Amino acid sequence: MSGVSYFALLRLTLPQIALALGAFLTLTLDLTVLRRRAQSTRFLAGALTACCGCVAAMLLLACASGQQTLFDGMMVANPLTRLIQMALAAFAILAVLLSVSSQFTRHVGEYLSLILFATVAMMFLAGTQNLLLIFISLEFLSLSLYILTGFSKRSRASAEAALKYFLFGGMSAGFLLFGMSLLYGLTGSINLMQIAAALGGPALDPLLLAAIVMVVIGFGFKVAAAPFHLWAPDAYQGAPTPSAAFIASSSKIASFFIFAQVMMLGLAGAAGSAGWQSYSSGWVMVIAIVAAVSMLLGNLAAIAQTSVRRLLAYSAIGHAGYMLLGLAAHTQQSLEALIYYVLTYALAAMGAFGVLGALEAEGVDELKSLGGLSRRAPVLSFCMFVFLLSLAGIPPLAGFFGKFYVFVEAFRAGSGELLWLVLLAIATSAVSLYYYLRVLKQIYVVQPEADAAEAIHTPLLHRAVLCVMAALVVLLGCAPHLLLQWIGQAMR
Amino acid sequence: MLAWTIYISFLGAAAVMAVPRENARPARWIALLCALAGFGITLAAAMQYRAGELMTVADARWIPQLGIEYHLAIDGISLTLLLLTGIAAIAGILFSWNIERRVQEFFALYLALIGGVYGVFLSFDLFLLFIFYEIAIIPKYFLIAIWGSTRREYAAMKLALYSFVGSAMVLAGMIAAFVTAGATTMNLAELARYPFPVHFQMWAFPLVFVGFAILAGLWPFHTWAPTGHVAAPTAASMLLAGVVMKLGAYGCLRVAMMLFPQGLDPWGFHVLGFGSWRDVFALMALIGILYGATVALVQKDFKFVIGYSSVSHMGFVLLGLMTLNLIGLDGAVLQMFSHGVIAGLLFAVVGRMIYDRTHTRNLNELETMRLSRSLPFAAVTFIVAAMASIGLPGFSGFIAELQILIGAWRAFPAFAMLAGVGILVGIAFTWRALQKAFFGEAAPAAEAHPLPPVTLPEKLGALLLMTATLVIGLYPRLLVDLILPSLNSPLFAGLHKAVWR
Repeated sequence: MSGVSYFALLRLTLPQIALALGAFLTLTLDLTVLRRRAQSTRFLAGALTACCGCVAAMLLLACASGQQTLFDGMMVANPLTRLIQMALAAFAILAVLLSVSSQFTRHVGEYLSLILFATVAMMFLAGTQNLLLIFISLEFLSLSLYILTGFSKRSRASAEAALKYFLFGGMSAGFLLFGMSLLYGLTGSINLMQIAAALGGPALDPLLLAAIVMVVIGFGFKVAAAPFHLWAPDAYQGAPTPSAAFIASSSKIASFFIFAQVMMLGLAGAAGSAGWQSYSSGWVMVIAIVAAVSMLLGNLAAIAQTSVRRLLAYSAIGHAGYMLLGLAAHTQQSLEALIYYVLTYALAAMGAFGVLGALEAEGVDELKSLGGLSRRAPVLSFCMFVFLLSLAGIPPLAGFFGKFYVFVEAFRAGSGELLWLVLLAIATSAVSLYYYLRVLKQIYVVQPEADAAEAIHTPLLHRAVLCVMAALVVLLGCAPHLLLQWIGQAMR
Repeated sequence: MLAWTIYISFLGAAAVMAVPRENARPARWIALLCALAGFGITLAAAMQYRAGELMTVADARWIPQLGIEYHLAIDGISLTLLLLTGIAAIAGILFSWNIERRVQEFFALYLALIGGVYGVFLSFDLFLLFIFYEIAIIPKYFLIAIWGSTRREYAAMKLALYSFVGSAMVLAGMIAAFVTAGATTMNLAELARYPFPVHFQMWAFPLVFVGFAILAGLWPFHTWAPTGHVAAPTAASMLLAGVVMKLGAYGCLRVAMMLFPQGLDPWGFHVLGFGSWRDVFALMALIGILYGATVALVQKDFKFVIGYSSVSHMGFVLLGLMTLNLIGLDGAVLQMFSHGVIAGLLFAVVGRMIYDRTHTRNLNELETMRLSRSLPFAAVTFIVAAMASIGLPGFSGFIAELQILIGAWRAFPAFAMLAGVGILVGIAFTWRALQKAFFGEAAPAAEAHPLPPVTLPEKLGALLLMTATLVIGLYPRLLVDLILPSLNSPLFAGLHKAVWR
């Protein structure tokens, strides 16, 4: 290896640097100039600076081109990672804009900069093929998310959720690190490509299986797949709504992307098969089992929920199952389908939480309190209608095409060996309509309660952002080829 | 041009939503104009259509990565059903002129549903067809849950879940077919040409067929139908029975039977006397006919009578499909049209003319009101509808069910006899309902409260539907000339080759 080129490193990390600078600027401005201003002014000005940072990062990403690998895979830049990083920056903008009108905290600068720092961590996560950096940025991300979860200092639920998230997260990090250390011990490398090369050969070391299981547990926690999901319902319910929106969307994208990178690049030779009759051991089977459990548990448990956020949390677990199905198929196209799915899912999930955030002042969390919402807030209700039906996979919304594409690619992979899982996924997605319709029934069918009949006022910005997101969900559903083209180009 | 039936409906839905809440009058007119325009376009297309050809309406690349196209095309079968959709849509709006609560939303959902239905009948790309098929589910749910009556939320959810389970089965079959055929096209004609392996067709056919047939009211998956019809507001029951059930039957023919014709072939062994899926489904259809009719015979609720009669009549459609001969299939398509019109008429009388005025559908209570005197127009309409429904010559039901019976006689003689029994029971329950609802002994108190007279929109709607059933009954060639050449077209070549008899 030749000497370290700091200039190349600087160029490669420019977007992250821009974002971090944005975060520091937001923090400084808020603590100095804006300190004595009204909460809304602080939020607005902070959001503006934060968005500038994100936009700068996106512009830098858009200008970059070509492929680059630094320090033995420590830093990787190719069109695909740039696409993911751009999406992460875009979701950070949405998350920031959706929190502008919230009231849960007075620490505006800290809150906004934490969102940006988490995004920096996710950008590093997306742009590396090195186990060490994966672990470090994953921990960086998690620490930011723990704090974001517990940010509502006056709420016990928030603190409890953060603690729970932290404890589970810490344990899963241990599993992940243990798995990684086994991988290193087996192959003598922490670079995914070199690991894949060293693992070549059909025979599976039992130690490797242990490593696979550990790694899957570690990542399974991050993506909230069952049975490692226990933190998710509490975190989604207890966290301040904008944080929950951020956790449910951005962190999903980054975690799934790196999960796919580790499995498909690093453990390429140890895939095995999960067919009914053609079973051979490898990580596909492990993923397939986790996916099946997630689909079943997420979708069935969601039926019984009375809190909208918990319901969304369990539905997120179910969706993690569908995305894992795309991962289990481990072809280039299925990765494409997975990316499409996770992006559109994140959009709809963030939108759904955004709507709940707008209702936060009304104290809406129980399903019942949504009763008659369509007459009190028609625009918000319609946005929720779009987001939830997209999550349910009703055409012509983005969620449907995502599901369709993942199912097709999973079916196509390995000449139909995942058929059983695809059928299970289709069956559980039929179940899922029930609980989404239950929410929509409250909104549209049920009469508003007598004491809560007046119209709900939402800030214009919040409504506008939600409308744009709903329009995007419809657009991506009606014209999925726009995004597909982009992903496809990035992967080639 | 025909593609505009879809666009007009969806644009109309958006326009209706834009009508201010205080003055909802324009909403009705917009909806009516959209429906009229849709029907007008369809009628114009039917005039220009040359029998037997496959007329492409629109064809554009859509998702090139998967070879999915935005492809709309019609043949005689879809044209027949498009005409039905146009008629049912207009009539439904006329019969919901009295909706006062959340008017914009009602007509917006109504038009969205119509748009989805037009889309299904026009699609010539499987993916597109499926999208429109699912689009239709959500408006149905809300139409019933918000404006419905008896146990509306339960019935709406049941309907939505049944539909969604059905479409999940279709989705599974669709993905399997798409991938097996090389994952390069969803074009129905190209898929129909693709030689799917026989063992594949053997499991894909029942999957997709049942998936669609759930919506067509196939016994034992019909249970959503009576509760759904009863709970739905009048216009929604008219659409449900009139066109939505036809979506299912159309899917059975257009997708399941056209793509997987060999799924109907004999298995080569017998289980419980069944030698093929064809036997199984024919029997289920027959049970549907008999079961629906007998259950309708003992209902107390007038609307349940009609609801179960729909199950019975849709059984004829499915039996006609399973005959696999030209006359039976022709009868099946004709019966889809005929039942769509007649069921619409029946539901209009029960839901709008009677229930909205008397606020009861209990036949025993209606018996005391002697409605033939207070609502003569309703009585006349119902008598016409009843005659059409039991299949008197001169009405569309006769020619349709006759063809199905002839077809069934050639394919399964015993079933044809039993289906004939079904028709007899059908006469009995229709007669009973007619007698009880309109010609009962009047209690003296009933005369004291005169019922509001039948309004002009109702009369127009009823006239439209009665004309449709009479015209087709007296001159069935209008539709038969559309349907028959299309059944003989190369699209159904697989069916001809495999099992046509």
